[in-house]
Amino acid sequence: MRQSKVFELIKLKFPQVSEEDLTKAVIVPQELLPAVANYLKGQDLSFDNLHCITAVDRLERIELVYIFYSFKNRQQAIVKVYLPIDAAEVESLTKFYRSADWFEREVYDLFGVKFLNHPNLARILNPQDWKGYPLRKNYTNPNLIRKP
Amino acid sequence: MKMSNMHSEQLCVNMGPQHPSTHGVLYLDLRLDGEEVVDCITHIGYLHRSMEKIAENRTYTQFIPFTDRLDYVASMNNNLAYVLAVEKLLNLDVPERAKYIRVIVAELNRIASHLLAIGTFAQDLGAFATPLFYCFREREKVIEIFDEVCGNRLTYNYMRIGGVQFDLPEGIDRRIKDFIKYMRPKINDYEGLLTNNPIFLERTKNIGILSKETAINYSITGPNLRASGVQWDLRKDEPYLVYDKFEFAIPTGKNGDMWDRYRVRMDELSQSLKIIEQAIAGIPEAQATVKAGRMIKPAAGEVYFRAESPRGELGFYIVSDGSVNPYRLKIRAPSFSNLAVLRELVKGVKVADVVGILGSLDILMGEIDR
Repeated sequence: MRQSKVFELIKLKFPQVSEEDLTKAVIVPQELLPAVANYLKGQDLSFDNLHCITAVDRLERIELVYIFYSFKNRQQAIVKVYLPIDAAEVESLTKFYRSADWFEREVYDLFGVKFLNHPNLARILNPQDWKGYPLRKNYTNPNLIRKP
Repeated sequence: MKMSNMHSEQLCVNMGPQHPSTHGVLYLDLRLDGEEVVDCITHIGYLHRSMEKIAENRTYTQFIPFTDRLDYVASMNNNLAYVLAVEKLLNLDVPERAKYIRVIVAELNRIASHLLAIGTFAQDLGAFATPLFYCFREREKVIEIFDEVCGNRLTYNYMRIGGVQFDLPEGIDRRIKDFIKYMRPKINDYEGLLTNNPIFLERTKNIGILSKETAINYSITGPNLRASGVQWDLRKDEPYLVYDKFEFAIPTGKNGDMWDRYRVRMDELSQSLKIIEQAIAGIPEAQATVKAGRMIKPAAGEVYFRAESPRGELGFYIVSDGSVNPYRLKIRAPSFSNLAVLRELVKGVKVADVVGILGSLDILMGEIDR
């Protein structure tokens, strides 16, 4: 089963999803993410493994990238969620995948994306009192040295 | 009164950040009821060097030495996963000889890394110094080979986008063959020392059991996943380089306890030797590197590539905007997920086993904190 097949199956169930031109990733509206994750984990597709969560700062929006894997079908699926940069909030996937716990904390720590209903959304790599979100493109810190 | 009904006041024990058995700067906040662990809160980040932010200000080639410092006991595998990810982004094919060289050095490094894992694991269980020193003696041989190949002992910086830094030096195949001949009986020595040692069995059997479902749900990869009974190895299931040309088995465990994790690593030692032997025999005489240019400018796009490092699946997610620097580079480190499961594993075990379970997971803080 190819990524395009996964997209078609998700599209059938959730008509609001779309496909990214360049990467063929499935773009899911932020309010639909838990439902799509539940469907991915379910019997039809059996994506039992959430391999990785990361984010990309595209200046006007933050792209969340979820990489799912199915050991049964030997198949990978990349799901993206576009979030507005000033209100970066999305439902946590910890109730479906326990690997999401630390992945989401890392994205929160470095990008400032708030994961709603996460059991312990605290910074994980930076100190708890750290200011700002280091991997955002507009991040500045007085200790940063400008490149000559 | 039965012992299990007795409870004492909850005790908080700080393990780390500076502790000889945490394999780096890791801080475990242990909550104990007598000898039993009630909860374990893991604090990481003491080695955070913001590699991903640094990558955004470096060219693709300049970032290779940084990958050495991720998993610093298996630098070759980190180099390899990174350059393969960039090559996938560039759609660049490397010469056949480079692929063979990469396989040889990656597998040698896997042996060195597993030796360290086994040695420190035995040390964590209280087998003071002997197994560790034996393992280090053999690891030293691998490091000497690497010293000859690329001039460095630990941070190799050997892989290049388009091939490797130098071709293999003259006479190294003889040396690697000698090492294989030397290493095989040594594995039997370890088996004699540890595998069926009653004390070792007592400490490792049926402790720290990681079930198949939990392992997959926590996104555990590598030997830890295979020890839980999932037959999954990227070298076999999504072959890269020339791994599909070699014959080797994927060792798996049954119960997913500490002993199985040790067993899988021991078996992987001999499988790696087998791969190296075949690679040395089949290596073609040809040019080892193609010129990819000093300034690499991939077309705008995104790529995710993962490779089997000794600790699990090391993935690189690279976003390119068409310039000389990556727009975003995410490192998906295997130890990060492997450590996340620790809290689950240590609940209800005795405090002395925490160190053993941690050692059996074979984590490395360099790639967790990045």
